[in-house]
Amino acid sequence: MPGLTGNAAIVGIAEWKPERRPTNPPMFTLEQWARLSREALDDAGLSPADVDGICATNIRESDSFVPSTITEYLGLEVNFAEVVDLGGASCAAMVWRAAAAIELGVANVVVIAAPSWPSPRPPNPPAGPSSWRFGASSANYGSPQAEFDIPYGNVAQNCGYAQIATRYGAQYGYDPEALAKIAVDQRISANHNPAAVFHDNPITIEDVINSPMIADPLHMLEIVMPCFGGAALVVASKEVAQRAANRPIWITGFGERVLHKTPTYAADLLETALLPAAESAFAMSGRTRADVDLIDVYDCYTITVLMTIEDSGFCARGEGQQFVREHDLSFAGDFPCNPFGGQLGFGQAGLAGGMSHITDAARQLMRRADTHQVADADVAFVTGNGGLMSEQVALILEGD
Amino acid sequence: MPDTPQRPLPQPIDRTRPFWDGLRERKVRIQYSPSSAQWVFYPRSHAPLTLADDLEWREIPGTGALYTYTIARRPTAAEFAGEEPQIIAVVELDEGPRLTSTLVNVAEADIRVGMRLRPVFDDVDEQTTLLRYEPAG
Repeated sequence: MPGLTGNAAIVGIAEWKPERRPTNPPMFTLEQWARLSREALDDAGLSPADVDGICATNIRESDSFVPSTITEYLGLEVNFAEVVDLGGASCAAMVWRAAAAIELGVANVVVIAAPSWPSPRPPNPPAGPSSWRFGASSANYGSPQAEFDIPYGNVAQNCGYAQIATRYGAQYGYDPEALAKIAVDQRISANHNPAAVFHDNPITIEDVINSPMIADPLHMLEIVMPCFGGAALVVASKEVAQRAANRPIWITGFGERVLHKTPTYAADLLETALLPAAESAFAMSGRTRADVDLIDVYDCYTITVLMTIEDSGFCARGEGQQFVREHDLSFAGDFPCNPFGGQLGFGQAGLAGGMSHITDAARQLMRRADTHQVADADVAFVTGNGGLMSEQVALILEGD
Repeated sequence: MPDTPQRPLPQPIDRTRPFWDGLRERKVRIQYSPSSAQWVFYPRSHAPLTLADDLEWREIPGTGALYTYTIARRPTAAEFAGEEPQIIAVVELDEGPRLTSTLVNVAEADIRVGMRLRPVFDDVDEQTTLLRYEPAG
């Protein structure tokens, strides 16, 4: 099939420890971009002068013209300037776009950043409610969500994922303990990762089930903890990767699929965008599920992980709960799933949360995960998930 | 200033006004595309998939089945404080399209995915009627 040939690699990583209550002062997004780029390039052993491409998400200082605002601030001249707006899938989407640009010969070194640290507030903030008060739901005039969903309280993420979980349960049955085990196994990994927000907080299945019900059937401990942080990657061509400081982590396959915004309007709520994206990633890389040493998959909720394991092809649809019961998902287990703790244990630092799966997979394959290293890790399957299971990107990453 | 911000209400646009006007008259009207034999909700300028521009308004009974739901134990936004627990539902109309609503007049223990539902017209202010649902029969 057409696609990547595995000649672009992740060679540098920067990631700030997520924090629920920031201990450092706010930084403008552009300042975060500069600092994250510098840290990721230092990690790669490369220079800012090597950079000829950037891939960004939105920034607070400019609603449009995002790439040129960044290149000007950083003093870069680039051949590839991209903005991605796919929510939690943005970072995985940036990785394959960078790899594609490199394989096309458009760029040699692409920096990808997800700054998610608080920004300073203006001294005289504009009047009116925050545009983010309904989360990812848009209250803008003319938005279908503003008119047909928000007035009924169908707002943002908890509600939609809970509706997905309810529908899943009606079709396949629902075992709260199996779902809780996902959070528990990932928490075990988080307890071994000093950077995780829940490093010092072990939990049990009973703790999860006894935690407050937020939106049936989702308990509090099945829902990500929003926090602050930031992350960046350097993606480079083969030629550059061979002189970089780290084991190159080749991007050998990807798939992307985008469907709806609101679950109400899904053609089939249980037909996620992931299945075709994962099929594409595996087919492009030539790898099989059996080749995969670890998965780092988007985990905003336990139900997300369950459906991701199924739709990535590691078990059949409807068999995920049995699969979870039968496997140890911790970093030392027989099916390492989010061995850094996942967003559920590590924390979800805004859009950088979607980078955490990629930074972990790259670190694991570079054999730099120290306290939560998966043994002999050479092949990782990674997903990014935006919106409500409806924006999906799958990646296959491989060490040499 | 009040503690709870005002509940967000729909701001109809010209394209969608027949739906909201219908609710005020205790009628459910949605769009239909004859060329693609397709019912459409929410109202659009063109039919999804075919992008046919022959959408016309038709009255339907408004009955349907519960496709999925959640019970929001915490307000989904500050604007909904005091309304919890809210039973936030996806209703599949008998014509096929789905819509967002809330269930009323039902005990939590009686809610089942697939249960039959009928419209409840809720006049929330002088201009706005929301389409809520209750068990049918």
